Amino acid sequence: MRRKVRAFLQEERDNGRYAAHRTSWSTFDPEFSKRAAKAGFIGMTWPKKYGGGEYSNLQRFVVTEEMLAAGAPGGAHWIADRQSGPQILKHGSERARELILPRIAAGECYFGIGMSEPDSGSDLAAARTRADKVEGGWVINGTKIWTSNAHRVHYLIVLARTEPPGENRHAGLSQFIVDTGSAGIEIRPIMNLSGGHEFNEVFFKDCFVPDDMIIGKPGEGWTRVTGELAFERAGPDRFMSDIRLLVELVDKIGREPNERQAVEIGRLAAHFATLRRMSSSIAGLLERGESPVTEAALVKDVGTAFEREVPEVVRKLLPIEASLDDDDEYSQAMAHVLLHAPSFTIRGGTPEILRGMIARGLGLR
Amino acid sequence: MEDMSAIVLEQADRLFAQHIDRKVLSAADAGQWPDALWSAVEDAGLPLALVAEMKGGVGLASDVAANLIRRSAFHSVPLPLAETMIANALWSDAGGEVIAGAVTLAPVNSQDRITLASGATLQGTARHVAWAKQAPTALVLAQDSGGKGFLCRVPTDRTRSNKTRRNVAYEPREDVDFNGVQLSASDVLPAPSCLGADGLMPFGAAIRVQQMIGGMERCMEYALSYANERVQFGRPIAKFQAIQHMLAIAAGHFAAASAAGDALTESPRLGEEAFAVAIAKSRCGEAAGQVAALCHQVHGAMGFTQEHPLHYATRRLWSWRDEWGAEPWWQEKIGRMICEQGGEGFWPLLVDRPATAGAI
Repeated sequence: MRRKVRAFLQEERDNGRYAAHRTSWSTFDPEFSKRAAKAGFIGMTWPKKYGGGEYSNLQRFVVTEEMLAAGAPGGAHWIADRQSGPQILKHGSERARELILPRIAAGECYFGIGMSEPDSGSDLAAARTRADKVEGGWVINGTKIWTSNAHRVHYLIVLARTEPPGENRHAGLSQFIVDTGSAGIEIRPIMNLSGGHEFNEVFFKDCFVPDDMIIGKPGEGWTRVTGELAFERAGPDRFMSDIRLLVELVDKIGREPNERQAVEIGRLAAHFATLRRMSSSIAGLLERGESPVTEAALVKDVGTAFEREVPEVVRKLLPIEASLDDDDEYSQAMAHVLLHAPSFTIRGGTPEILRGMIARGLGLR
Repeated sequence: MEDMSAIVLEQADRLFAQHIDRKVLSAADAGQWPDALWSAVEDAGLPLALVAEMKGGVGLASDVAANLIRRSAFHSVPLPLAETMIANALWSDAGGEVIAGAVTLAPVNSQDRITLASGATLQGTARHVAWAKQAPTALVLAQDSGGKGFLCRVPTDRTRSNKTRRNVAYEPREDVDFNGVQLSASDVLPAPSCLGADGLMPFGAAIRVQQMIGGMERCMEYALSYANERVQFGRPIAKFQAIQHMLAIAAGHFAAASAAGDALTESPRLGEEAFAVAIAKSRCGEAAGQVAALCHQVHGAMGFTQEHPLHYATRRLWSWRDEWGAEPWWQEKIGRMICEQGGEGFWPLLVDRPATAGAI
């Protein structure tokens, strides 16, 4: 599997299909996704009847980390492959599986995450978006925000209140698969600090969702969303977002580093190798059907702290300024990473939230 | 087999718990060798844990042995038990018979070199050798004039101590003078092939890695229970988010250290894979410093006293992270190796390297 994915990525680069010094797993490139799908690298663990490859989670882990190591632009299919697809496979209706999964696996269908709202970020249970029962389905009203790629994906998985908040604030939530082409959806772009358009604010006004597009049963939303986040949190994309910068640094320094350069590169490599081990052991837990929520939170906390540290260490090892316009690819790579780094410890749950979960696992709350 | 391992670990754990209390630890701090503890450890066969059964040992797999070392460190066992385990394993690999009594290892850093002249006479000094006065035997790696390595079984009463010192755990570390020590032929064996360019360093570091993991586990245990018991502002301090986050960060370091330490158990002989050792010593050393600092902070002033046992664990962590190469020594090796391969070699180096790839 490793050889296969490396050969694929080598060919991509040999043909100049992407520029690894300024791409990462969040770079949206549908053409790349289609080629990756053709080579069998999307929906790998799913049943063949839904377009999957029936590979193990550990085989998928290998493909994922190879993509990240090569800086492959997997942003179009990433969310669908990592969490939306598995969520639909596990808890979606048969119609949703048949309709959607084969298209994801073909690299033609992309997803966004509809969790955060203007008044509900880290405090997900405070979601106010409503889904009211109507004949044959549900009607959604409300607003989602920080919805990456909402303007170019086919579906969002939306967390909404199906019952008014009661004493148990985790009760009465449900997840829905919402077609972004439905009537009653308006999308407002939000530019991020690197000048890119990934974020959006999404307004739902009487947006109809058919009954078979609910995930699990009504009221299961909190359990579903926590399960989905376990997929989202422990993968190698939580410590490899800027690994290419380290690779570029090694090339820039050359074969004879000074002592400080060697020590710092060695230290980062030790962190990195260890994270890789921690993350693959989570892939092993997922393989056994477990939902390692606390462990996943811990890997993400340690992993994203590492990602944030990489540009901070790297900038001190060579006297090169970061610039998006420099002819030097290394300078561009630094700029690209610096301008994306703040998001590493926001997306998918902040360290502050994760540490609360870890503390609960430690018996402190 | 798995049951057998569980039994060995459980028995060892019970033995440590039975024989170690504050009195034993403070006597050890004062320089007293814990005779009763050593006898119990020896009776249980623990010094020979890594020697194959057919050679008179217990034949533990390296993951079980690693856990045994972690448990001994969890209890702050004030003995060169892990050194004796590794020394017997290496001596046995070289073809030697098991050695009775405690065995220490030398040299313990990359600067000290011991040479062997005419196959029988040692020259050189080794600094910071653990319990060199108390252990009857030192297993010494020496080079002959052609650079060939030999393992030497040296009765420590034939050596001199240039200086007796203590590390911050108050464990004895001697500067040992081997000059002129004469050995008989049966005390000298060609070094086994698992000893590479860095000599004993990866093996010593592998011990310290497992010890640091055990010591960190002890610190975490103390800190978690203290946080749940200590009441301030009307509630246990565990209920404060600041404390929760400190302990969550410590838990992250501990988990990372454990993962790095687990990697060493994939080779049959703990410490054989120098690259994995370099990663683990680097990561565990950093984690040990962080975990010790965070756990002390949780304990407040009480943790800074002799009255609370936290210091038995944290002083050992501070010693162990420095011994057998502190983090930068190993990090520089990793860094140079990566730069030697170039950027595109970085990833394959980490991923494709077989578990038993030998010297760094």
